[in-house]
Amino acid sequence: MSISRRTFLKVLGSGLAATGLTGVVCKRSGWAAHIPPAKIKDAQTTTSICPFCGVGCGLVAYTKGGKLINVAGDPDHPINQGSLCSKGQAVMEIVTSPLRLKKVKYRAPGSDKWEEKDLDWAMKTLAQRVKATRDAAFVTKSPTGVAVNRTEALASIGGAALNNEECYLIAKLARSLGIVYLEHQARL
Amino acid sequence: MTNHWNDLANSDCLMIIGCNPAENHPISFKWITKAQEKGAKLIVADPRFTRSASKADLYVRLRPGTDVALMGGLINYVLQNNLFHKDYVVNYTNAAFLVNKDFTFNDGLFSGYQNDKRAYNPATWDYEVDKDGKPATDPTLSNPRCVFQLMKAHYARYTPEMVVNTTGVPMETFMKMAALYGATGQPGKSGSILYAMGGTQHSTGVQIIRGYSVLQQLLGNMGMPGGGINALRGENNVQGSTDMALLFHIVPGYMAIPNEANHPALKDYLEKETPKAGYWSNKPKFFVSLLKAFWGDAAKKGNDFAYDYLPKIGKGFQGAGYSWIPLFEAMGAGTIKGMLVWGMNPAVSSANLNQTYAALDKLEWLAAFDLWETDTSVFWKRPGADPKKNKTEVFLFPAADSLEKEGSASNSGRWLQWRYQAVKPHGDAQSDLWYANRLGLELKKLYQGDPKAAFPDPIVNLNWNYGDDADVHLVAKEVNGYTVADKKQVVNFTALKDDGSTACGNWIYSGSYPGPDKKNNLMARRDKKDPSGLGLYANWSWAWPVNRRIIYNRCSADPAGQPWNKDKALVRWDQAANAWKNNDVPDFGWINPQTKAHITPDVSAKAPFIMLPEGKSRLFVPKGLCKDGPFPEHYEALECPFHNPVSKQQSNPAVKIWKSNFDKLAEVCDPRFPIIATTFRVTEHWQAGAMTRNLTWQSEMMPEMFVEISPTLAKAKGIKAGDWVKVSSIRGEVLARANVTRRVAPFCCGAQGFQNTVEMVALPWHFGFAGYITGGPDARKNYACNQLAPQVGDANTMIPEYKVFLVNVEKA
Repeated sequence: MSISRRTFLKVLGSGLAATGLTGVVCKRSGWAAHIPPAKIKDAQTTTSICPFCGVGCGLVAYTKGGKLINVAGDPDHPINQGSLCSKGQAVMEIVTSPLRLKKVKYRAPGSDKWEEKDLDWAMKTLAQRVKATRDAAFVTKSPTGVAVNRTEALASIGGAALNNEECYLIAKLARSLGIVYLEHQARL
Repeated sequence: MTNHWNDLANSDCLMIIGCNPAENHPISFKWITKAQEKGAKLIVADPRFTRSASKADLYVRLRPGTDVALMGGLINYVLQNNLFHKDYVVNYTNAAFLVNKDFTFNDGLFSGYQNDKRAYNPATWDYEVDKDGKPATDPTLSNPRCVFQLMKAHYARYTPEMVVNTTGVPMETFMKMAALYGATGQPGKSGSILYAMGGTQHSTGVQIIRGYSVLQQLLGNMGMPGGGINALRGENNVQGSTDMALLFHIVPGYMAIPNEANHPALKDYLEKETPKAGYWSNKPKFFVSLLKAFWGDAAKKGNDFAYDYLPKIGKGFQGAGYSWIPLFEAMGAGTIKGMLVWGMNPAVSSANLNQTYAALDKLEWLAAFDLWETDTSVFWKRPGADPKKNKTEVFLFPAADSLEKEGSASNSGRWLQWRYQAVKPHGDAQSDLWYANRLGLELKKLYQGDPKAAFPDPIVNLNWNYGDDADVHLVAKEVNGYTVADKKQVVNFTALKDDGSTACGNWIYSGSYPGPDKKNNLMARRDKKDPSGLGLYANWSWAWPVNRRIIYNRCSADPAGQPWNKDKALVRWDQAANAWKNNDVPDFGWINPQTKAHITPDVSAKAPFIMLPEGKSRLFVPKGLCKDGPFPEHYEALECPFHNPVSKQQSNPAVKIWKSNFDKLAEVCDPRFPIIATTFRVTEHWQAGAMTRNLTWQSEMMPEMFVEISPTLAKAKGIKAGDWVKVSSIRGEVLARANVTRRVAPFCCGAQGFQNTVEMVALPWHFGFAGYITGGPDARKNYACNQLAPQVGDANTMIPEYKVFLVNVEKA
């Protein structure tokens, strides 16, 4: 016997108590056995923090077999106490969206399209570009002879959407390269 | 935030000004509502009638860019009516300090203005010192040269009539606001000021925030539960990225980046950057520990701990430093050849976008790390551009989302909260930690193989041992700091040394990971207990500094250590026990670290603001630390339809005016652009839009670019709700659907101007030309609002003036 969820809800709507179905539903026997179990039943839970604004609401991510099946507000979190705004409620789609990038895209000078590239090639090539640009415009001394060790040909921007440890590594790497044009969202 | 989100519930009166939490920080409104349920009053001052305003006890519609005039009026009201918290002001602020006899203020200009440089020489902006070199004071506050009296004279000009003339706020509303907020000056009462980009994105941004701060000091609201100055902040971890110094002028932990003029050697840096008094006198310990974290064994006493490995800044582009605006101006001039972009979308978020695009066109290469194709990563095929003519090489790396990686994020209340990895990223996507680490490893290899390269030492010797697949815990532990000899985690920054024996990546985060194991990661704590009942949640996550939840908390108690309000006790001196009883981590010296004896309250009462050398909060900012003046003064926005009614100085005399072909400004009272424009955000979208214009639900809920237009303007222009209209400034234009609404209204000021009544329109700035939705139906159009906004920055921060500029509106 099969029953759609819609039909079942209709039946429920017609008056659960009046039809004497309460016991059936509670014991999950009879028709009630056909209610699909909650999607998150037996899922693994992982806590996180919402990636949108600076309130820092808690999230609970539900996964099964390494796949994300739901994201909800963390009821234990002192700030949001389980609630989320319209952006927070959409966090799951950030992970599941087909628009997410999965491969390195590369656009050659003058080209009108992207090409997919191997990650290893892209990292090595980028490192070469960084080095060539830095070295060609590296200033070791000021006119008065002070060691300044900077490059004004490289810039690094962004970071407010990243984790602290990521920001720290970017700051450390940028300064070791002599980057002075180092800026991000806090300036806007 | 000096306080934090849950603490909003402790307030007696909240002033929301320059932000819109009901729409932009929606969950925070839970705690504002909680305060209201307990009887707190809510004031919302905003040019637009926002959803926050709809919940307010008092809505104050002010003309955008007139916040200083409004604050000046409130300060004057509080002083004239003796509503200020006298004991607080005398003991905890610099009100009693005498000011240099040559300091003057005259018709909009402070002493020392240099017309040719558009800058001040702040030599006279200082305290008078006594014969011992200590600031001279008058605790009676009656000396005409004391800060209090100078301030009183300065703000006496901001009469209620002047406020009404300047801001457009009706007299009755202003008087109600002054009485309501002024009531928080009673000892034991606390008022909170909440702000965001509505306060900062002005050519007078710093002075606007200073205006809030002066008012809060006078009313004794700093350091109080339910008080403080609370920057709501935009991005999820913009607090953390700022703490980590992704800004040109600092290194992690708010220490200056060395500059070539003042800091040739480490000795010069430490001497000039270390104050003689206050907690910053420990700066050498933090700075040397940072150099040790960066360069490990290569940072030795003999080489000034590798001080020269850090770049020293010069004067920057056109003498204006290296911040956002000069960065894009330098790029436009061809100085910058290559750029790394970490999860940011300047092709929508930068001001004066046509300048931004022309600058991006000049790059030799651009590497973006992002979740999606952003407007920035496809700038070469933007509407109107010919990709074949664009010579920039572009790399777009697939990044991992927050649920696909592990690490900490700092919310606006300074809570460092730990995120765990829930799922693995798809395909080749990697975390930014992975990318930064891998780029570092590749560069190390390249420089190790090329000893003749330009100064390879900082890269070859970089302390960079996080594994091939970077271990986030190793990074977090380095940020916390350790003793070099045995690699043991330090307990917090009090253990740091200036002799090279300790390393610490960011001293203000020191204490967040004080042991070797994951169980020592205090950022991951989830204890919900709140014994104080004040919502401090001391064992949930970890707050910087040293898990202190409310900064300046010495000021929550009187000089004798007794809380101003016993129901809001953060710290309390127990006379009988001769000891402090603390609900929060004290923000003052309360215990002798050697003897463990508690320090009597009179000691900390003398200097409750421990980060300042004078130990008192600053009603008057000395020494040119604010480049445009020691007291906030009202100036009009660069583009303005009114003449400044307060002084002869039309606009901030200390801002830089840019002069590239793109940097056009409308004239004051320009008849071609007679309408004020301001920008805002909606709940459904996120900043520059890359995160939400690619989500189907958000796109469906808020699919199109629009402009809020008052019914009177719509009628005058023959515009109906839903029409597409063209909004144009002297710099560019954008198409938007007309949203005819009474959320916006014309301003009728007493100020002389283009007209007595001037209309204002408001535009959201999330839209652009890439993504699942762009903001409109035409793929050949760019729906980015910031094509209109000017590239002029605040005199101190260089944050662009997005919140006020001039436009015209026509039916498209």
